[in-house]
Amino acid sequence: MSTSIASQKFSRRAFMRTSSLASGGLLIGFNLFNACKPNAAPPVDLASLNYNDFNAFIKIADNGAVTIFSPNPEIGQGVKTSMPMIIAEELDVAWKNVYVEQGVLDTENYTRQVAGGSQSIRHGWEPLRKTGATARQMLVNAAAARWGVAPSECTTSEGIITNSKGETLGYGDVVNDAAALEVPEEVTLKEIKDFKIIGTDIKNVDIDKIVTGKPLYGLDYKVDGMVYAAVVRPPAFGKKLASYDDTEARAMPGVIDVVKIGEKVRALLEKDQNASSIISGSDKVAVIARSTWEAMKAKNAIKAEWVDDSTIESTEDHDEILTGFLEGNKFETLRKDGDVKKAFAAADQVLERTYESPFLPHNCLEPMNFFANVTTEKVHLVGPIQTPAWKAGVVAGLLGRDPSEIHLEMTRMGGGFGRRLFGDFVIEAAEISDAIKKPVKLVYSREDDMADGIYRPAIKYRIKAAVKDGKVSAYHLKEAAINSNMYGLIPHFFPAGAIENYQVDVAKYGSSITTGAWRAPYTNFLAYAEQSFFDELAEMMEVDKIQFRLDLLRKVDADADENIQYDPKRMEDVIQLAVEKSGWGTKNENVYQGFVNYYCHNSHVAEVADVVIENGTPVVKKITCAVDCGVVVNPLGAANQAEGGVIDGVGHAMFGDFNFKDGTPLASNFDKYRLIRMKEAPEVEVHFVKNELAPTGLGEPTLPPAGGAIANALKAATGKRLYKQPFAKYPELMTLPDKEIIG
Amino acid sequence: MPTYQLKVNGTSKSVEVSEDTPLLWVLRDHLDLVGTKYGCGIAQCGACTVHLDGEAVRSCSLTVAQVESKAITTIEGLSDNGTHPVQEAWKEVDVPQCGYCQAGQIMTASAFLEKNASPSEEEIKNAMHGNICRCASYQRIYKAVEIAASKMG
Repeated sequence: MSTSIASQKFSRRAFMRTSSLASGGLLIGFNLFNACKPNAAPPVDLASLNYNDFNAFIKIADNGAVTIFSPNPEIGQGVKTSMPMIIAEELDVAWKNVYVEQGVLDTENYTRQVAGGSQSIRHGWEPLRKTGATARQMLVNAAAARWGVAPSECTTSEGIITNSKGETLGYGDVVNDAAALEVPEEVTLKEIKDFKIIGTDIKNVDIDKIVTGKPLYGLDYKVDGMVYAAVVRPPAFGKKLASYDDTEARAMPGVIDVVKIGEKVRALLEKDQNASSIISGSDKVAVIARSTWEAMKAKNAIKAEWVDDSTIESTEDHDEILTGFLEGNKFETLRKDGDVKKAFAAADQVLERTYESPFLPHNCLEPMNFFANVTTEKVHLVGPIQTPAWKAGVVAGLLGRDPSEIHLEMTRMGGGFGRRLFGDFVIEAAEISDAIKKPVKLVYSREDDMADGIYRPAIKYRIKAAVKDGKVSAYHLKEAAINSNMYGLIPHFFPAGAIENYQVDVAKYGSSITTGAWRAPYTNFLAYAEQSFFDELAEMMEVDKIQFRLDLLRKVDADADENIQYDPKRMEDVIQLAVEKSGWGTKNENVYQGFVNYYCHNSHVAEVADVVIENGTPVVKKITCAVDCGVVVNPLGAANQAEGGVIDGVGHAMFGDFNFKDGTPLASNFDKYRLIRMKEAPEVEVHFVKNELAPTGLGEPTLPPAGGAIANALKAATGKRLYKQPFAKYPELMTLPDKEIIG
Repeated sequence: MPTYQLKVNGTSKSVEVSEDTPLLWVLRDHLDLVGTKYGCGIAQCGACTVHLDGEAVRSCSLTVAQVESKAITTIEGLSDNGTHPVQEAWKEVDVPQCGYCQAGQIMTASAFLEKNASPSEEEIKNAMHGNICRCASYQRIYKAVEIAASKMG
C-alpha cells in the first residue's frame, strides 16, 4: 500500500476552518470529504443517512497541550480512543500530552458522524492522518520562519520541533504564528514503520471515568429543571391507541403532566418515508414526573385502550409465511451467474438445506433514552445516538425548525449494536419537550426497550448446491425475511465468484413488527447458514473441509468482477493463520473442532471452535479467531472488539430467542430473555494478520463466523447438524449419541 | 412523603421520597450518584450493584425503606480516585468496551474478593455470573478479577 506513505496533494478549499482561538492556540479543521473517496462502497445500507462533510479538529494550547476532538459516536467500539490516535500519530505528539473530547454534531465541519457498518476507522484513516500531518507541517513552517531556515531542515518528535543547529521550539511556542500561515497544499505522511502511537496498546480514553462511575452516558445527563418522561407504548405490534384515562396517574406523587404524543410523528411520516420503517404510527402517552421512578410508576397507572391497526402476528405466522416464500416464486434476483437450473438438471449430486433464525432484540445495557429541551431559540438534544446527523434532520422536520436551530451532543453509549442507528427515542423526546416546554429526559424501562424494539428480522435461508464431476457446479441461495432483505454487496460475498452457476434470490414479508440493523446485519445469520452448508457439502463430496474452501477460493478472479470485494489471497491467509493457531486437526480425541471463514465489513476472518465433552455434554470451550483488518490502530482495543464480537456471536447463536404471540413479544426482560454470561463465555484467542494495508472494519466482522464455527464443532462432537438458532432451544440436538454418553 | 436518612459512602444523606422508591433511583436521581446503573430493574443484570454493609446487592430491587441505617457504598465511594485494587486491575487490563456495566461488575468483584481473597477459576466465574456484559468483555473481566485477587490476597 505505497499510496499511504506518498506525498498527499489537496486543494486550499479542502480546509473548512483554520483559526486562532480567542483563548490563544490553533484550531485546525480539515474537510475530510474531499480527501476521502474510498474506492469501494461500504457494504451497509446506510444510504438514508446524511453523509455530508467530515472533519476532525485539533486544538493546541499555548502551553503545548493538545486536545483532539473525536468526531464519531462512541458505542463501545473504541473510536473515541483510536480516531484521535491516528491524528496524534501524524501530528507527532506524545500520547500522554493528548486530551480527547467528544466532538458535537457539526454537519458543516464534519462528515459521516456515524457509528455503523464498522466504517469509522476505514473511512477516517487517510483523512485523519492528513489532518494531523497538515497541522504538523504548519507548526514546522512557523518554527522555520522564526528561525529563518527552510522547513525541510526541521524535524519533529513528541511535540518538539528541532532545526539543524539543534535548537528547539515546542508546538505551543509557535502555535499562534502557525494559525496565521497559509495552509500547505502538500503534506507528507509518515511511513508506517515510523509509527509511534498507531500499533501500540493505548487504553480507553474514558477508563478512569468508567471505573469511578463518573457521568458519561445519556442516562447520566442532567440539567437544572429537567423532568423525566416514561411512555406508555402499544402492548402489541399492530395495535394503536384508542383512548386513555390518566386520572389516577395525575394524582400520583411527583407527576407533573400527562401528554399524548404521536400527532407530529404521523405528520412527519406522511412527508418522510424514510422514517416510516422505524416508527409505529400509534399515538403514545407520555407521563412526566420529577423523577424517573415516579414517572415509571405513574406510567403503569395509565388506563389505555388499544385497537387493531394492522396485522396482528405470531411467530407461527412468520414461520408459515417465510416457508411459503422459500417455496414460492416471488423472488428478486440479486446476483445471477450462469444457469443454476441447467446445472442442477445435469448434476451428479444435489444438496439442499434450510436454516432458520428468530428475531433478536439488541438489548443495549443502557436502555434507550434521550434528553430534549425545545425552546423558542433552539432545540437542544443530548444522548446516545449512532446517527446524530440523520436524527437532527428528522427532528427539524418534526418540529418545523430550521436545521441550524438543532444542537445535538453525543454521549458515550451503553451499547449500540445497531439499535441506536434508529433514533425513534430522539423523536419522542423532542415531541415531549415541545409539548411540555421543559427540558426532559425520556427514559425507556427495560421492558419498553425490549418489547418496543427495532429487531433483527427473522430470516430463513434455503441453500441448494450441485456437484458435477467432483466439483461444485451450482449454488443457489434463497432468502426469505421479515420486512427487508440483504443489501449492498452481501450477495457478492464469498462464495460468489467461485462457482460458475450462482444465484442469490430474496423475498420479504411486510410485517407490523419493526425491524432494522442488528450488529452485522444479515451476515450475523447468513455466515452460519452458508458455512454449515459448506461443511455438509464437503462431507457429501468426501473432501477435506479446509481444502474444500481453499479450492473454491482459488477459482476466484476478484479482478474480473467489481462487485467482488473480498480478496481470495487475504482470505486464504486468515484461513491458514486460523488453522495454524488453533492446532486444527492435531487436537486430542476429546476436542471437536469446527471451522468458518468469512468476509464482511471489508475484513477477512477465520474462526475455529473447540468443543469438548464434559460430563457427557458438549461444551464450547475455545474459539481461535484470525483477523485481517489491515493496520490495527490500537491492538489493545482491537482485541477487545474481536473477543467481544466472537462471544456475542456465540451467545446469540446459542441462546438468542425472541418470539411473538398476537403481536406481543414473549420476553420483555432478562428473566425470560437469555444473554450469554461469564460461565458460558468460551476462551477467545485473537490473532491479527500483520500487514501495512489500510484499516477495515472490526466492530462487526468477528461476530458472524462464531455461530457457524460452533455449529460445525457441535456436529463433529455429536454427529447432529443444527439448522435452527438458537441451538440451546433444541437440547436433543446438543446431546451425544447414547453409546458415547456411557463412555 | 417520608424522609429517610441514608449512610452513603460514609456520609449521611437525607432524602424525601416515597417508601417504595428503589435505592437505585434514590442514588441516581436524588443524590446525583449516577455511577450505579439501571439495566433491568428486576435484579437480573447486575448493573446496579452496590454494597450494603459490605454485601453486593442489587439496588434496583431494594427500597429506600429497606436500606435505612445500613452502610451503602457505591462505585463513587469504593476508593479515592479509583485506587481500589479492583479498579486498578480494571485499568490495567483495559476491561471496558461500552463500559456501562462495569461499575456493577467492579462492585460485585470487590465484595466477592473481600470474602474470598484467593478464589479458584470456578469461584470467580460463579461470582461474576450474575453480571451481564452486553459487549461480552467477559474474558477481560475474569482476568481483572484474577489480578485484583493476587493484589488483595
